[in-house]
Amino acid sequence: MSTLTYRQTHAAAELRHLLAQRIVLLDGAMGTMIQQHQLSDADFRGNRFKSHPHDLKGNNDLLSLTRPDVIEGIHLQYFEAGADMVETNTFSSTAIAQADYKLEPLVTELNIAAARVAVQTAFRAEAKLGRRCFVAGALGPLNRTLSMSPDVNRPDFRAVNWDKVVAAYLEQAHALVTGGVDVLLVETIFDTLNAKAAVFALEQLFDELGARLPVMISVTITDNSGRTLSGQTVGAFYNSIRHAHPLSIGINCALGGAQMRPYVEELAGLAECYVSCYPNAGLPNTFGGYDETPATMARVLGDFAANGWLNIVGGCCGSTPAHITAIAQAVKQSKPHVPPAATERRLQLSGLEPLAIA
Amino acid sequence: MRSSASAFIVIGERTNITGSPKFAKALKAGDWPACLAIARQQVESGANILDVNVDEALIDGEATMERFINYIAAEPEICRVPIMLDSSKWSVLEAGLKCLQGKGIVNSISLKDGEAEFLRRASLVLRYGAAAVVMAFDENGQAATRDEKVRICTRAYQLLTMKLGFPSEDIIFDPNILTVATGIEEHNNYAVDFFEATRIIKQKLPGAKVSGGVSNVSFSFRGNNPVREAMHTAFLYHAIKAGLDMAILNAGMLGVYDEIEPVVRELADDVLLNRRQDATERLIKHAEGLRTRDGGESQISNSESQIAANAWRSETVEKRLAHSLVKGIDAFVDADTEEARQKYPKPLDIIEGPLMDGMRVVGDLFGVGKMFLPQVVKSARVMKKAVAYLQPFMEEEKKRHVAAGGTARTQGRIVLATVKGDVHDIGKNIVGVVLACNNYDVIDLGVMVPCDKILATAKEKHADVIGLSGLITPSLDEMVHVAKEMKRTGCTVPLLIGGATTSAAHTSVKVAPEYAEPIVHVLDASRVIGIVSLLLNPAGKSAFASENRVKQEKHRADFADRKSTRQLLSLAAARARRQSTDWAAVDIPRPEFLGSKVYSSLAAPKPGESGSSAPQDSGLKSQPSSESLTLNEIAAYIDWSPFFSAWELHGRFPDILKDFVVGVEATKLFADAQKMLAQIVAEKRYTARAVIGFWSANAVGDSVEVYADEKRSKVRKVFHFLRQQNEKPAGQFNHCLADYIAPKDSGRIDYLGGFAVTTGHGVEEFAQEFVKKHDDYSAIMAKALGDRLAEALAELMHQKARNASGYGQTENLEMKDIIREKYRGIRPAPGYPACPDHTEKRTLFDILNATAATGITLTESNAMFPASSVSGLYFNHPDSKYFAVGKLAKDQAEDYSLRKEQWLEVSEKWLAPYLDYDPS
Repeated sequence: MSTLTYRQTHAAAELRHLLAQRIVLLDGAMGTMIQQHQLSDADFRGNRFKSHPHDLKGNNDLLSLTRPDVIEGIHLQYFEAGADMVETNTFSSTAIAQADYKLEPLVTELNIAAARVAVQTAFRAEAKLGRRCFVAGALGPLNRTLSMSPDVNRPDFRAVNWDKVVAAYLEQAHALVTGGVDVLLVETIFDTLNAKAAVFALEQLFDELGARLPVMISVTITDNSGRTLSGQTVGAFYNSIRHAHPLSIGINCALGGAQMRPYVEELAGLAECYVSCYPNAGLPNTFGGYDETPATMARVLGDFAANGWLNIVGGCCGSTPAHITAIAQAVKQSKPHVPPAATERRLQLSGLEPLAIA
Repeated sequence: MRSSASAFIVIGERTNITGSPKFAKALKAGDWPACLAIARQQVESGANILDVNVDEALIDGEATMERFINYIAAEPEICRVPIMLDSSKWSVLEAGLKCLQGKGIVNSISLKDGEAEFLRRASLVLRYGAAAVVMAFDENGQAATRDEKVRICTRAYQLLTMKLGFPSEDIIFDPNILTVATGIEEHNNYAVDFFEATRIIKQKLPGAKVSGGVSNVSFSFRGNNPVREAMHTAFLYHAIKAGLDMAILNAGMLGVYDEIEPVVRELADDVLLNRRQDATERLIKHAEGLRTRDGGESQISNSESQIAANAWRSETVEKRLAHSLVKGIDAFVDADTEEARQKYPKPLDIIEGPLMDGMRVVGDLFGVGKMFLPQVVKSARVMKKAVAYLQPFMEEEKKRHVAAGGTARTQGRIVLATVKGDVHDIGKNIVGVVLACNNYDVIDLGVMVPCDKILATAKEKHADVIGLSGLITPSLDEMVHVAKEMKRTGCTVPLLIGGATTSAAHTSVKVAPEYAEPIVHVLDASRVIGIVSLLLNPAGKSAFASENRVKQEKHRADFADRKSTRQLLSLAAARARRQSTDWAAVDIPRPEFLGSKVYSSLAAPKPGESGSSAPQDSGLKSQPSSESLTLNEIAAYIDWSPFFSAWELHGRFPDILKDFVVGVEATKLFADAQKMLAQIVAEKRYTARAVIGFWSANAVGDSVEVYADEKRSKVRKVFHFLRQQNEKPAGQFNHCLADYIAPKDSGRIDYLGGFAVTTGHGVEEFAQEFVKKHDDYSAIMAKALGDRLAEALAELMHQKARNASGYGQTENLEMKDIIREKYRGIRPAPGYPACPDHTEKRTLFDILNATAATGITLTESNAMFPASSVSGLYFNHPDSKYFAVGKLAKDQAEDYSLRKEQWLEVSEKWLAPYLDYDPS
């Protein structure tokens, strides 16, 4: 096991310092930016995977190996647009997700490469912009869920089990840390049990490392029911992952900022840590694209910031460097959210709904 | 400490295998829907947390915990609350933790296995994101005294918070609630020890919570629920005052301390607070009294309680009427009603005043689950009697009233009917009673009612709602037909759908699209008032209707989804997965007779038999060759559990008589049933008739040929069976009844049996006697007993059939095992899951000559008339088991049509509920 770099060991303190001063900017979408390059099957395969037996087009994570120049360019654009932190291109870089492409053996290599591309870009950006640039190692939600059955006739059936999910996240996180990320971000959580397995894996990794990295957690509220896909309310979700002692907790994806408003407000009221929010650029249009302009998105998020709800803000699907620039402008004047001081010791349990016992 | 008791947390205990026999049974049988129903009941009864314990020697704890938690995860109504994983095995707790998306509680960890293991487990609990119950238990055992409890909890607290940084608020101590009143002196102070330890823990260990399993405290009074309940209530009162935060108990059973009968409260407190040397003796003595009184009202011999019991007679007439209604007492109703009539200006004022007030109380108590269906039906009987008494006066009144230009007023008018082709009406009658006692005007058209009669009556009588009922599957189609006709004839009233085979899904998918007005599925009688009152309320109707529409849309969408995701095997593949038998080796018993045998309770007993006198003249001629039967011998074979479910009391007999919630009512109901059964038997009210038969037979594919004789050259009849097509795990078979009969090419002669039995002759007449006396309770009882006797007769005949096949004579089973069908062989019925096509009943009736032998006829839907009748086939194969055929693909429907030599459309009509595709 590699030990942490000097940069990694100090990342937590530097980030906390920055968070105490102002709202921190995250990057925007990776997928929609890659689409703009109109890459061919050959781009995805490169020389190395020319004869790989499985279709690879659409495996965006593979580009960290086959077209690192594209990924680096996108990271740099975001830093230049005002982002303090970019996410590694590793949303699907787990053995479970890469099984769709028959690339499970490549997971460690993919994550290390993605982390290195991002960290190198951060170095270049720091030289150019004169400010600390952070890299968050992204752990996505997996294409298999632990608390839902894919078969309506067998509600007890699960396509994957806890031990496999823990192993997959451990393998990924281990490689991301080796590649030099500053922070680990468990994101786009639609099944809390998957996220709990990720947290379990991270704790195991920190045990092995003998050191910790900050953990950021971001959940996806599926629709206006205010619940995750697995049925939990925001409060229930918070109680479920509170034991991770995250640096921040937030909401991303699925909704535009306007639809997220009540849930961000609720989270800011109950979380004992920093609050993040990176919505989609509106709801998808009939063609699956996103139309919300940088100005509109910035107005919505600027309002959140003005209400004192935010510490970390950025964009998810459909957002671009132009969106990040507009958001950075909109939140510049607002003070960061101050988490409520811990008061009483309450036993905070949850099912799909929260239960607090004073 | 908290100031309000409402913050007390109830942890539902009924999904604990060690405390709930019902859950244990369901879990062992793998009956997941039943397990989930218990969980749901706990949450609906107010459990804030659900305790789940599957510790049982014969159960694979890890796999079962995982499976049950996964099942719960699919039930939003259950998994909205946190789960308490309860096991004495760490590996079982860990299996549960791996399935829990919420933050739950591990119950429990302790210092029992030493400090290192305690800390290892606690750190894992932390990492899985759960809270922990810590038992007051260490390397030396369980803490019983106050000081030991406090010492062990303090040590655990310090280890957890200091060594692990375990959040103190996530620690829940269980300082052991131990049994008191055991007769052993050291146990006398156990409750006090618990209260005091709780108080100290809450003071000295900040953040920590205290919990406990309450039912343990009263364990020495098991079987005596009133005393146990009082003890639990009193115990909780003291423990909560001391700082108890939560307790594991039967949700919905949390009593109110101030409402415990003062004498009992005093005695219970004496025991719990260890206030007197003789506290235990005194409570035990009093408990005996409580138990007897609870056993049945008629057993009160004590004159003192007699006087107390009659004290209500000196209240005002209004209070007396209310008391009679709530308690279902009809002895005084005529006198009290007359007294009220003298007092009130108009008879209608009595109905709308004191009588309706009383019924409202009944309705409210029923609505919150404090009264049960048999009580409500008894209340309705009192109400009906009072109304009947007032009827002549009202007629007079009405004449004057109408002459003055007014109209009679009720909540609304409902036409009820069991649809054409169906004869089952117990559930419909219960719905009618519940509606009537809520002041709805009910027009009950009875059974086998054709569509045009239902619609004509509704029109003529200006009905506000139509309600349809049916039990057999072809009735589902008839209901669709009625809906279509309602649309065609321009009907505009809402339609209610109910009965055993109906479902919200079927109503949404098949019935609702046929008619634009609201069509509502009514799950059981307890729902009907809520639904009808909304439908008839101009303000509530549109909201209810649109909500109903949205639900039905969802059902339709779910149904469409389900159809596309379910994978059925091709018929060929399913046949390849048949259960195979080594036909050369298997035991095929040759019955001692071939052809059929007829039995009747009208037949003269053979010499030596007693109990039967000259047959009554009921218009039924016994066949000369009939063997004799007596109702008395049939009654011994009754399986009582379904009797209670007919009354919407759920639980297994005889445990249900001691059930915490419904035990008292179940006991009364059972006593009434026994009384009526004795009358039926003694007065020979019902006539029992039966025919059984055996024939040589061989399987040909999925059909079975029945031959004229053992030479098997002439085929008399062919039974056609259906095969399961659902995908199954390796090692399980795709069953078909034909697999239980030796195939023609096996070279062996096999035998198929059949039967048709009834105890239904006389049931309707007997029930009508009660209806005339406005006693629906007894009328429904008469029918429910008819059904039970018919099933019992089927059981008795099956035993005779097994005896005739030889192996029955050595099976040596007790009656309870016979009723649980622990014997070799099965008797599946056409129209039911193993053999879902009702038309096979015609073949069976033909070969048995059943109508001539028993007087049972078949309706156009192939329902048997009279209703209390059962028919089916006998299979003797040693491995034969009941199964459900389930969904059928089109290839099997086509194959079946070819075998039955009928059009595909005809097969599809009869098999409609089972088809996995849309035939249209």
